[in-house]
Amino acid sequence: MIAIEHLTKTIGGQTIVDDVSMGVEAGTLTVIVGTSGAGKSTLLRMINRLIAPTSGRVLINGQDTMAIPEDTLRHRIGYVIQGNGLFPHRTVSGNIATVPHLLGWDAKRIDKRVNDLLVLFQLDPAEFARKYPHELSGGQQQRVGVARALAAEPTLLLMDEPFGALDPVIRSKAQEDLLSIQRRFGTTIVLVTHDMEEAFRLGDRIAVMDDARLLQYGTPAELLISPAEGFVERLVGTTERPFRLLSLTRVADALEPGAASGEPIEMDANLRDALSHLMWCGQHMLPVRDATGAIRGRVSVDGILAHARKPI
Amino acid sequence: MIAPARDRGGPIRPDGDVVVGSGVDRLGALVAMMIGVGLLAVPLVTYRANRIVAGDTRSVMEALPLVGAVGLIVALVAIAGIAVLVRQPPLRLAAAAIGMALLFPAIGWAASYLTPPGNTFARVSPAAGFWLIGLALALLLADCLTRLRFGPWERLASLALAFALLAVLLASGSWNDVSLVREYAGRAESFWREGRQHLFLALGSLSAAILIGFPLGVLCHRARILKGATLQVLNIIQTIPSIALFGILMVPLGYLAAVSPLAHALGIRGIGAAPALVALFLYSLLPVVANTVVGLDQVAAPVVDAARGMGLSRRQQLFQVKLPLAFPIILTGIRIVLVQNLGLATVAALIGGGGLGTFIFQGIGQTAMDLVLLGAIPIVAMAFAAAVVLDAVVDLASGVRP
Repeated sequence: MIAIEHLTKTIGGQTIVDDVSMGVEAGTLTVIVGTSGAGKSTLLRMINRLIAPTSGRVLINGQDTMAIPEDTLRHRIGYVIQGNGLFPHRTVSGNIATVPHLLGWDAKRIDKRVNDLLVLFQLDPAEFARKYPHELSGGQQQRVGVARALAAEPTLLLMDEPFGALDPVIRSKAQEDLLSIQRRFGTTIVLVTHDMEEAFRLGDRIAVMDDARLLQYGTPAELLISPAEGFVERLVGTTERPFRLLSLTRVADALEPGAASGEPIEMDANLRDALSHLMWCGQHMLPVRDATGAIRGRVSVDGILAHARKPI
Repeated sequence: MIAPARDRGGPIRPDGDVVVGSGVDRLGALVAMMIGVGLLAVPLVTYRANRIVAGDTRSVMEALPLVGAVGLIVALVAIAGIAVLVRQPPLRLAAAAIGMALLFPAIGWAASYLTPPGNTFARVSPAAGFWLIGLALALLLADCLTRLRFGPWERLASLALAFALLAVLLASGSWNDVSLVREYAGRAESFWREGRQHLFLALGSLSAAILIGFPLGVLCHRARILKGATLQVLNIIQTIPSIALFGILMVPLGYLAAVSPLAHALGIRGIGAAPALVALFLYSLLPVVANTVVGLDQVAAPVVDAARGMGLSRRQQLFQVKLPLAFPIILTGIRIVLVQNLGLATVAALIGGGGLGTFIFQGIGQTAMDLVLLGAIPIVAMAFAAAVVLDAVVDLASGVRP
């Protein structure tokens, strides 16, 4: 869906983004991760032309973004930033209706859309629609920020450190909500973060940037199994590696035939959670059930550990 | 059981009634002292055989019939007692208001009492006692209003009420024998004419400053280079004393009037209203431009970034996001200008620009203090009213946000 080709940005002789090329497939969640100053925000902001590239180009669905008037381009792309940037003088519904208003939707359609989004983000319209941003908690503000970005039904959503200002509990909930929304609407998401944990949790693909360059771009498993030498290796964290690998694999992939006694584990759970559960119960194996509750087999500590091993 | 001490209020009984405080209120003590001195140590009014001769002073006991004098003293002593001992703001407010409602008619009564029947030359004017007691009551009133934390609507209502009461006092004729009103009666027509001229000078220059200064502020917000230079120049203008600026403007405007028949036809002269308007306009520019720039600059960066990111054009960012958020600060600039101009317009009288300053300078020339007051009191009242009204508007405009 997005093709980034040799994108470079220099400001006053300093290179912020250095010849980055990457592709983002439709319907996936791509995370750009790196330390602050690595150029990841600049890269993101060149996609919706908030920053003009020095050279290179960005194609969306094959069309050069420079060929689209910048306001029109941005109306089609959702944009979420850290600290949400809600308009303090507009109510929650006024904030969410921003882009639909710019696009000239009729009032009825806007009302319905605002209402649907509030419900989707678990904000009771009767209570929240008329509130002002300062009357909301940080987590609620963040949800309104995402709802606002999704208001005009964009197929692409850009998020710059969207959860940076949230405390860990709310942050984890917000990440879950984002994943479920992404699955539900199939929105293509590009998300910038400095948090590797968040990258592994959310990303279908992860792009690691350091010092203006794209060092490695691949699936979480590829990053864990064969990280590029140096920075990526350090960022992935060698001691955390087996656990991260486990959290990327589902119980279904380690399913063994046979029976076991005890409380069954869900097929959709990840191996890290399954292992932790086994250790806590003091069991070597436990039965596995699917979504309907039927027992499909068992999972064992040895079987799980095999998935944490470095591939040969 | 120890009663909890309420913030700046009296101790509260367990049943919730506020009792008379045991401690002495410091501001109340000052108020009481001023009332005491005003009643006993200094004269209440001055009596003069005509408007320019030196006068004799009259104490409260001499200025009013016995019943009136004793009544006024008793009432004011009671109010002083309340100021010292009672801590409840509403009660203190009522006491101060009652005090005002007694003091003003008392002066009117004194004037009628002291003026021989049929004598139109004698002048009775308020003296130190009146001013001191009035100031004490005003202090008490202001303190109560601050403590009651009135919202914008309540403040506007209080102002309207105060002006309505003043109008009733003047319309009732009870002050007709007071020198100030006699001074007015002789020149009612020119009083209103100069009053209108004063407002024209202050509001006209303000309107021009908004028309020019507001777009200039927006431009300065967009172009950094322009901002530095513009604010520098306006800052320098602000430091020029008003009389000097009037003088400086006489030369180019006089020249303009001499060479351009059009300018002459428009009423532009080296002296008169034109240089006054231009000078007030120049003084007004700095607060309008500076507050517009500051207001626009202080809009949080993430808010502007989000607006850009959602595809608001520059114009939409300005009108839909930045200006609404800057509005309270811009209004504050306009408030500064209005209050400043109402005061500065006084000086316009010196160069033939008219306005209420005319009476002040005439009064100084004739050593007729009453005439000076006829010009000065409305100016102070207008500036005060403008400040209260615009403060309320600023509060209302920023009310929806913290």
